[in-house]
Order: sequence, then structure tokens, then C-alpha cells
Amino acid sequence: MNELTAAQRVSIARNPHRPNIVDYIDALFPDFFECRGDRLCGEDAAILGGVAMFHGRPVTVIGTRKGRNLKENVACNFGMPGPEGYRKALRLMRQAEKFRRPIFTFIDTAGAYPGLEAEERGQGEAIARNLFEMSRLTVPVIAVITGEGNSGGALALAVADRVLMLENAVYAILSPEGFASILWKDSGRHAEACEMMKLTAPDLKALGIIDGIIPEPEGGAHTDPETALAYVDLALRRNLAELEKLSGKELAARRYQKFRKMGAPAPRKESGASK
Amino acid sequence: MNSIFAKRRERLLATKAMRDSYVPADSPLKCPKCGQESGRKELTENLYVCPVCGHHFPVGGYHRLSMVLDPGSFRELNEKYPAGDPLNFPGYREKLAAAQRKTGMNEAAVTALGTIGGQKCVVGVLDSRFMMGSMSAAVGEKITLATEYAAKNQLPLILFAASGGARMQEGILSLMQMAKTSAAMERFSEKGLLFISVMTNPTTGGVTASFASLGDIILAEPGALIGFAGPRVIQQTIGQTLPEGFQRAEFQETHGFVDRVVPRKELRDTLEQLLRLHSKGDRK
Repeated sequence: MNELTAAQRVSIARNPHRPNIVDYIDALFPDFFECRGDRLCGEDAAILGGVAMFHGRPVTVIGTRKGRNLKENVACNFGMPGPEGYRKALRLMRQAEKFRRPIFTFIDTAGAYPGLEAEERGQGEAIARNLFEMSRLTVPVIAVITGEGNSGGALALAVADRVLMLENAVYAILSPEGFASILWKDSGRHAEACEMMKLTAPDLKALGIIDGIIPEPEGGAHTDPETALAYVDLALRRNLAELEKLSGKELAARRYQKFRKMGAPAPRKESGASK
Repeated sequence: MNSIFAKRRERLLATKAMRDSYVPADSPLKCPKCGQESGRKELTENLYVCPVCGHHFPVGGYHRLSMVLDPGSFRELNEKYPAGDPLNFPGYREKLAAAQRKTGMNEAAVTALGTIGGQKCVVGVLDSRFMMGSMSAAVGEKITLATEYAAKNQLPLILFAASGGARMQEGILSLMQMAKTSAAMERFSEKGLLFISVMTNPTTGGVTASFASLGDIILAEPGALIGFAGPRVIQQTIGQTLPEGFQRAEFQETHGFVDRVVPRKELRDTLEQLLRLHSKGDRK
């Protein structure tokens, strides 16, 4: 699997037959109760969330929702949330905090929706508020990037104690097409952009941006969803078990430190030899 | 003694500000809105606002500080903090060097300690002349360090945003600065301290979707473009022309995302008032 190019991974990450949030909930989170609405003005189907059981304990599950066909995609806005979606997610995370439930987020989105109404209702503010509030949660938060995770629209669900990526998922500041079009005014150069952007799971692990990689079956998660889902289940269980050993205060402190170090200079080495 | 140093600091900021706003005496600046041509002296006296139509010209980081800080109170924080190239992105170092030559700055953010109307505060400014004020790891780090400094010293924080969004050449590290700065704001806020965000033209992308939107008070300069997605992207998405004034400061005010649109001439006094209203007063 290692020989795949970044552009090939982008194409696998976008395969509409990869497991989506509905599949993850069906397979891993029994007894799911969907919670709808942001309690301010609307409901955004681009984010699906609620309460469920995970190996015998209640948890909160939140994920961006992409459809498999045009009809489904129209219903969930192609998985691109608006402010109502992010505010709903925040509402569910606050409830998780209240009831001391761990939070799992599943991310597969081309980005936050760049539309007129989304701007009118404060897309930027909604994302910023999530980043702010997620940084202080005192319950375990595990984010899984399952397909593509683009822009602040993905990050708004990914300020987590553990950020995991499926082997062929990608995580980036924006789509390679957008990147090429901004940098070179030519979205056709997206394959080139893919290589330069460091958006694959191995690259991001090496950069210290993500905490773990979840393997996929040969050829990608869509070729054998059952195995893919089992790998995800195992990774979630392991990571949750580790996080549950920490107090809420410790969780928040470590989460803060993890993001605090990103892009900060490496700590100064003691004078003399370095290993 | 103290006054000698204060005089020196005043001269230092004045020199840096002058460099920011340097327009050759023989080439007047043309207002992009009404076409009026104004000379450097006239514009400086008018705080770089067009005397005819009120258009707010962009101002550099040091120039901005000289407009709001009390003379002689300026002390720069992390002045030498260097720009970086975390992804070894082809051609990026040359771009940075060109921006540094153009602006005389290391990076797109200046942070300082100073006073406004005698009230101590930490002020940070993004400079749109440096790669569109985009959020690099160094910019995120300087904003975070300034926020932490203010938290540690129990000082109010004022940040002027002016940013086209993410720094493409730093990719995912640019994205992570949104999480880092927002988390720093959360810790700062927990201490019961005041953060005033001033949105200037343009405030978009990752800066809007992080610290700039998290102010206890949010001010904006007239006509400033403020939003998450840029107007061109939105136009492509919805396939129709955007309404007049869309995403401008006044639009954001009527939609509930800005406390008040404040003309540049009133900005210093407004900041002074806000600092006063959030001071401890006679309370014990």
C-alpha cells in the first residue's frame, strides 16, 4: 500500500463507496439516538450526531454526512456543513461534557459550505467557537478522518485528544484543486499539489499533526468495508481505553499542549551534542 | 531617566511607522473608491482615510500601532521571531525574502506592549502587505505568545486582523494555527481578561474562523471585507452575483457578528473607552 501516490490516495479518499458516517454508526454504535437542530435557528443534515452505546457505555457520536448518490447528496449538501451544523455539533459536545460521555467525531468533508446564507449566519464564528470550546472539554475526544478532511470545516470537529486517520484518508488546508488554483491559478495542476501539500496520513503522522493511522484493507476501505470497520472499532477501543486513564483536567491540559506545539519552534537543545 | 527611554521608543515607533506608510512626495496616492488623489502629508494627517469619500486605506503594522498607542509607550514583543518554511515548500523562501524586503518585517504580525490613554495593554497587528497577512506558523505563534504574555501579566489584549486567510505554502501547519490561537484565547478568557478584536480590511478565511471572531468585543473598520469564504468562491458556488455590501463591516454589524463599526478617527478613543469600562475601577 505504501507505493500509492498522494494523488491516488486523494482519489481513494473520495470514493463514494467508502464507509460513511451512517455505516460507522450502524456497525459500531448500537442504540443510536439522533439529536437534531442547533437550538438557535436550524438543522443541518450535513452533520449527523447523537447518543449511542460503544462497547457497553454511552458515548456521543458526531460526523459529517456525505451521500452515495445525487439524491442523498442534495439532502445533506454534499457533506459541506453550514454554521447550524457546527453549532449543533457544539451543542452535542456540551451535552457530552454534562453527562461525562466520551466524544467520537467522524470527518469526511470537502470543507465548510461556502454559501451566501452560511456567511450571513456566521460560518467563521461558528467554526472559531468550536475550536475554542473543544480545547477545554474534559471528556475524551477522538476524531477520525475517514475520507477527506478539508479546511477549517474539518478542523472544527478535530480539536481532539487523538486525531486518527484511515490509511488512505487525506487532511489538508483545502482541496488540492483549490490549492493549485490559488497558488498557480490552475486547478488542473492538482496532482502536483497533492504531492506538495503533505496531506497523506503517513506525512501528517511524521509532522506530528495526527496521532495514529488506522489500516485499510488492500485497495481501500470500500473493497472490504467489514474489515475496515473492524479496524476502526479496534483503534477506537484502544485509544479510548488509554484516554480514560486520565482525569478530565489532564485531558484538557494535554490536548492544549498538543496543539500549542504545532508550528512552535522545537525546544532548544542543551549545548553540545544532539542525538 | 524613564522619559529618555520613552522618547527613544517614541522615535523608534515613529520611524518604523513612517517606513510603513512611505509614499514618495511626488507620487500622490489614488483612492480606489472615488479616484481622489491625495499627498502623503494630507493622508498621514487624515490617518490614511480618503478625505473625500472616507475610504480606509490599508495601514502597516507599525503605522497602526503608532495610531493607537500613547507616544513613547511602544515596546515590541518577540521582535526577532523568524519566519519559517516548515514544509520545505519550493519557492517559498524567495517569496518570504521578497515580502521581508518590501515591508522591513520578519513576518506578517507585529505584537507590542503599550498603553492607550495610560492603560496598559498588549496589542497585535496583522499586516496585509506581508503575503496578504496570511496565517503562517510564525504568525500563529506570535499571536499565541502575545496572548500568553497578556494572560500572564493580567493585561487586556487587542488584536487587529487583516488577513487573506491561510498561508498556502505552510499547508496543514497553517490550519493548525487556528486551533492553537483559539485554544490560547480560551485560556486567556478563563482568566477573566478582556480581548478586543478589531477586524480591518480584509478579515477572511482562517483568521475569521479563529481568534478574530472570539473577541469579547468585536469592532470593525468601515467597509472592511469580513467573512469565511471569499466572495469569488461564493459566487462560483451559488452561480449568481452577490448583493451590494455583502460581507462588508456594516453587513456583519447588521447580521450580529460585530459590536460596532468604528471609523479610524474614532478608533483610539473607542479603545480607550473600552479599556476604561473593563478596568477594575475602585472595586476591591
